[in-house]
Amino acid sequence: MVEPEGIKVIDHSADVVVIGGGPAGLAAAISAKESGAEHVVLLDRNSWLGGILPQCIHDGFGVEETGTSMTGPEYAEKYIEMAEKQDIDIMKETMVLQFDKRREITAVNKNGLHKIKASAIVLAMGCREKTRWNVMIPGDRPSGIYTAGVAQAFINLYNIMPGKNVIILGSGDVGLIMARRLKFEGANVLGVVEILPYASGLPRNVVQCLEDYDIPLFLNHTVTCINGKERVEQVIIAQVDKKMNVISGTEKKIECDTFLLSLGLIPENELANNVGIEIDSITGGPTVNQYFETTLSGVFACGNCLQVYDTVDVLATDAKNAGKSAAKNLTIQKKDKKIITKVAPGRGVRYVVPQIISEPGKVHLTLRAEKPRESSVLHVIADDKELLKKRLLWANPANMIGVDIDIPLEVMTTTQNLEVMLGDC
Amino acid sequence: MIVERNITCIVCPIGCKILVRIDGTQLEIVEGNKCKRGIEYAKNEAFDPRRMLTTSVLVNGGEWPLVSVKSSKPVPKEKLFPILKEIKRTAVNAPVKSGQTIIKNVANTDISIVATKTVKNNKI
Repeated sequence: MVEPEGIKVIDHSADVVVIGGGPAGLAAAISAKESGAEHVVLLDRNSWLGGILPQCIHDGFGVEETGTSMTGPEYAEKYIEMAEKQDIDIMKETMVLQFDKRREITAVNKNGLHKIKASAIVLAMGCREKTRWNVMIPGDRPSGIYTAGVAQAFINLYNIMPGKNVIILGSGDVGLIMARRLKFEGANVLGVVEILPYASGLPRNVVQCLEDYDIPLFLNHTVTCINGKERVEQVIIAQVDKKMNVISGTEKKIECDTFLLSLGLIPENELANNVGIEIDSITGGPTVNQYFETTLSGVFACGNCLQVYDTVDVLATDAKNAGKSAAKNLTIQKKDKKIITKVAPGRGVRYVVPQIISEPGKVHLTLRAEKPRESSVLHVIADDKELLKKRLLWANPANMIGVDIDIPLEVMTTTQNLEVMLGDC
Repeated sequence: MIVERNITCIVCPIGCKILVRIDGTQLEIVEGNKCKRGIEYAKNEAFDPRRMLTTSVLVNGGEWPLVSVKSSKPVPKEKLFPILKEIKRTAVNAPVKSGQTIIKNVANTDISIVATKTVKNNKI
């Protein structure tokens, strides 16, 4: 990179540099420090820490982790306090532009251009929302179209109402939570439109955000057109068949002034991509081993840039392990990683993280089912040998499944691929 | 009269579908709960449904225009909108500390509205 004249270049070095100060970055930084890393730097482009949590004012955070239900801001403040006590070097309003294969980070803030040499890097950049253009909704381009998270920031952080009569496309958790939030603030929520035959958000949010307020959920429906000159005036919704093709003749006009999109999240990995880190095409996050190390040595990944989690509890647990691995990376002499076993999703499974096992021993796998099922059986297969068989009472794509498995050395020496499958009982 | 009803538990992210049999003021859990918290939830949901209320309150002179708030305990469902109405009429002065009581005995429910975020003074 060419440095423009007159810009101050500040050189630093650190044991562990965490990129992103949301819940994952905070948990990873705290854990790295606790695991013995002396100098931990936490970088965030915002003026605040906690990432998306301060705008998630609803409760339900921390139930699995601590047993008590907290709101997003409360959960964030708990971790921010810990980070401040741990003497972590926090740099806010600092944007990372790139890092290279030798783990030298280039970042910029008001003070100038920073070059940070890191012994280990933890990626915790989070994710961003899919937009209208990710699903190509035809029609006009008026004002009044927002992603659900942007509307959430408007209402909960900046005290701005995005509109009065609202249609929401996508029944992800943010969309469901926004339906209730808009209702509380006096808007008419005319319905949530979902292309799948089931809601993509958590069951508790379908109950307490839609059913409680009689907000209609249009399953097997999509939006086929947005109409409006200056402002959104109406959207056209239509039913879809099993192959998700629009059934002609089922189109219905809904008059509204605001159209929110809750279409899912995309892990933010431009930095990882630019340096050549392998990205899993299904999760959208880096391919990692059981220590959350990416395909670039000394670079670890956690949080929603690794895979989109459904609760912050599980996200923080994994992020702590990633931070610990990053700290331990400093002391452990790297072995020649000759034996590598790949983990691949099989029948009924959308994806599995980690994608690589680089050492035998206990491994925690997280995976997502392809579709909702009542009782089913989880199989982990090495060639034709079954390593694990576990009955599950239920499986839902909205709830990530976690399973511990012991990988013996002989499996790793004889098998190159593990397959994780979900089958009927 | 005995009525059977499906209740989706909202205590944790699993969302168990609990089948209950209600006979007047008696409730029997038929099936579906994966933990004890579900029994408690189903009973409350059948006879006295309550929800945690989270929203925001205007802040004067703060680094943010709003402070997020919650009810000190779950509120009866039919009281949600009366409480929201009272909250809308309220404003607090910065600084606000997380945990600080913003409204006591909101809408005569014996429940408080509590800040869930720390908002410092505006630096200007």
